[in-house]
Amino acid sequence: MTSKTAVRVTGLTKHFGSVEALREINLAIHEGELFGFIGADGAGKTTLFRILCALLLPDKGNAEVLGFDTVTAFREIRKRIGYMPGRFSLYQDLSVEENLRFFATVFGTTIKANYELIKDIYSQLEPFRNRMAGKLSGGMKQKLALSCALVHRPELLLLDEPTTGVDAVSRREFWQMLGKLQKKGITILVSTPYMDEAALCDRIAFLQNGATLGIDTPKGIVSLFTRPLYAVRSLQKHILINTLRQYEHAASVYAFGSCVHYTDKRPSLDQGELQAYLTSCGLNGVQIEHIEPSIEDTFIALLEEKGGLKNA
Amino acid sequence: MPDAVIDTLNLTKMFGTFTAVDTLTLSLEKGEIFGFLGANGAGKTTVIKMLTGLLAPTSGSASVAGFDVFKATESIKQNIGYMSQRFSLYEDLTPRENIRFWGGIYGLEKTIIKEKGLDLLNALDLLDVADTRLSSLPLGWKQKLAFSVALLHEPKIIFLDEPTGGVDPVTRRRFWDMIYEKADKGLTVFVTTHYMDEAEYCDRISIMVEGRMAALGTPAALKSEFGAKSIDDLFIRLARR
Repeated sequence: MTSKTAVRVTGLTKHFGSVEALREINLAIHEGELFGFIGADGAGKTTLFRILCALLLPDKGNAEVLGFDTVTAFREIRKRIGYMPGRFSLYQDLSVEENLRFFATVFGTTIKANYELIKDIYSQLEPFRNRMAGKLSGGMKQKLALSCALVHRPELLLLDEPTTGVDAVSRREFWQMLGKLQKKGITILVSTPYMDEAALCDRIAFLQNGATLGIDTPKGIVSLFTRPLYAVRSLQKHILINTLRQYEHAASVYAFGSCVHYTDKRPSLDQGELQAYLTSCGLNGVQIEHIEPSIEDTFIALLEEKGGLKNA
Repeated sequence: MPDAVIDTLNLTKMFGTFTAVDTLTLSLEKGEIFGFLGANGAGKTTVIKMLTGLLAPTSGSASVAGFDVFKATESIKQNIGYMSQRFSLYEDLTPRENIRFWGGIYGLEKTIIKEKGLDLLNALDLLDVADTRLSSLPLGWKQKLAFSVALLHEPKIIFLDEPTGGVDPVTRRRFWDMIYEKADKGLTVFVTTHYMDEAEYCDRISIMVEGRMAALGTPAALKSEFGAKSIDDLFIRLARR
């Protein structure tokens, strides 16, 4: 690998009482990479981010951020990273501009010195610069939090679920901003529960119950899905799902938007036979199509395979 | 519609001079799964508050489960179920205690609560953790319990406000299995979500833009009407205008 490593995590383990929040995590993130952590609530995303920000001590293993150990050199790390926690953590009773100035001052800089970096994002907030942060809409709070995380020109940005609860339009705009920041050379670690956002990362890690289920590029992740996959359609969707589940050869049946994704236990599927079965069960307008798996298909398959569903 | 579970005509809510909800006309039938979509700030929460009897409309008319939203808000509250990610169950009570508490709130008799509670814990496979505090249970378990508890008093309609946030893709689909099952038995489901693939699971959807209903119909019909390849695509197009 020619590029330098921005984050290296080795055998990282963390317990909270009897709960194993992180279990033997190993990963390396390159400088300039946009790296996504995909997983549900409780998968361990926030714990991992807090360890990388040097806010939490690991029980076992270690983590290096920008070449510094998170336990012994936390001061060096904190200067060089920007962290946007999952919960809105700015001062609600300070104005937009006061919040930004506060964060700049804490890091020994000024808004003016790094204005060019935050301009794209902050300029959208400037008409409201005197409004209290607590009175902003969800989308605007998110932009302000990102501006505050960027104002000291960090080399590495950690964004913990920045788009949770945000509508599809604002989510798309947020990811466009991340793309621009990456072009400016900032390494970005972002966590999300949305599978469609995973495709926008250079590489992703699936997290479930404190362990990684796979780390690769979106393309590489999808190649872990090995069975032939079919999209089955019918207007009676709920009946279709139940009927497919009752089919003796069915391996997996999951609703996916307007169709149902199906895999068969046998090495190859006779589409005509399945069609005949569904028609004999009273379904009309059945269509079956061989399709390529998505990231979400792969995550589901990995969850099934590795028994990550014990808590589901 | 004679058997409509929700029936509104030109329902409007003003806050001062700001029109939060503008002449909303909508009719939902028994057993229908209705997806209520819109960007943050489009007026979805205001509509839900009016339909659940928490906020008086400015003008227009609406009935929910047969009761008028102006005059019979208490009857509405007794005849609907409501669940959201933020407001559902008490984390420091056990599943059994939550059932007893909510059963009491809905005015069910003690013997009925006990009987129904046991059935419910059994059906959800939660008997082993019936006396464990909710805070230590996985989110997916809490969500299915919250859904069932909201149906304890057998309402005709349930409002689900982003019910599946934060769970893995398999748990999310299992939750929809529960929704389908109840809808097949006649429950009307009014659901909001930010997951656009879930919109496709609904019988009909609407997309609110700035207080108005910009689209209403089955997912398939809307996609063909607007020439969109997915609901996500349609949503972005309408909400960005």
